[in-house]
Amino acid sequence: MTLKRPPIDYIERTRSQYSALGYPIYRWIQNEAPSTFVPPQKPLSESRVGLIASGGIYVTGQVAFHFSDDISYREIGTDVPTEDLRVTHFAYDLTDARSDPNVVFPIDTLRSFVREGEIGSLSQNAYTFMGGIYSARKVKEILAPELTRRVIEDQVDLVLLVPV
Amino acid sequence: MGLIARAIEEAGVPTLTLTSALSITRSVNPPRAAFLDYPLGRTAGPPHAPAIQRRILLDALTGFETITEPGGFIELDHAWSANDDWKEAVMRPQGARAESGNLDALEDDRTARLDVPQYQTEEDRRLAQTNGGASGCPTCVFLD
Repeated sequence: MTLKRPPIDYIERTRSQYSALGYPIYRWIQNEAPSTFVPPQKPLSESRVGLIASGGIYVTGQVAFHFSDDISYREIGTDVPTEDLRVTHFAYDLTDARSDPNVVFPIDTLRSFVREGEIGSLSQNAYTFMGGIYSARKVKEILAPELTRRVIEDQVDLVLLVPV
Repeated sequence: MGLIARAIEEAGVPTLTLTSALSITRSVNPPRAAFLDYPLGRTAGPPHAPAIQRRILLDALTGFETITEPGGFIELDHAWSANDDWKEAVMRPQGARAESGNLDALEDDRTARLDVPQYQTEEDRRLAQTNGGASGCPTCVFLD
């Protein structure tokens, strides 16, 4: 018999884990106010799509991420050979991502969507960083404005974000 | 990631955030999200299964067309396994010890937060160093 359980409450589990270890409670961001909402101007099949992923993906030859509140990011050409992709992260099981980076960086899938006309095109560059950044302030004040600047410069119509 | 989605949308570009952590995404409240009820680390589908990855991403992308209000979600109809038992052990590595009441036995088994690059392979480290490290990597952007 299949037992269906509700989605995991990661906020509650982080709280229990931190408190069991004697650490102060981590204060997750809570945005009660709705975000801005911009309706797409074009159908998907005509849209240039940008990709941002936070699974700690880098390309061999680049400097890897470190595990201490790293707010750097990597620019990865969307024509990157899949076999050159690497993954590093302190907070999740990397087994599947290292064996098939598409599970956290769906580059082959998106390239096939371009070939088949599901999306118009892919932006020239994807951007990656390593999530689990403790300081929400740094993300908000430094990383978010910088990645926003990059995707605007790239003239994308839509952005797909893939966290872990 | 939700903070970044909000910032990009505020600048005028529509975004969609894939997620397997519904509680966190709801709290950060990005403009649009597609929820895949999977263990963390496979937000875009199972490994070496291009047909399923394709289905998942295609379903997710429909969110650009069907979500009409900020904070809108779609739930992707793909299960990680035939049952949901995997959900019990997540982030509860010391569950058994904690339940035994022996709190002194609790250890922080999370990965150490080292501040030097953590390469997947030694070959990667060698290559990056040969290229000149941080100063030899124009596609590595350090914001500190």
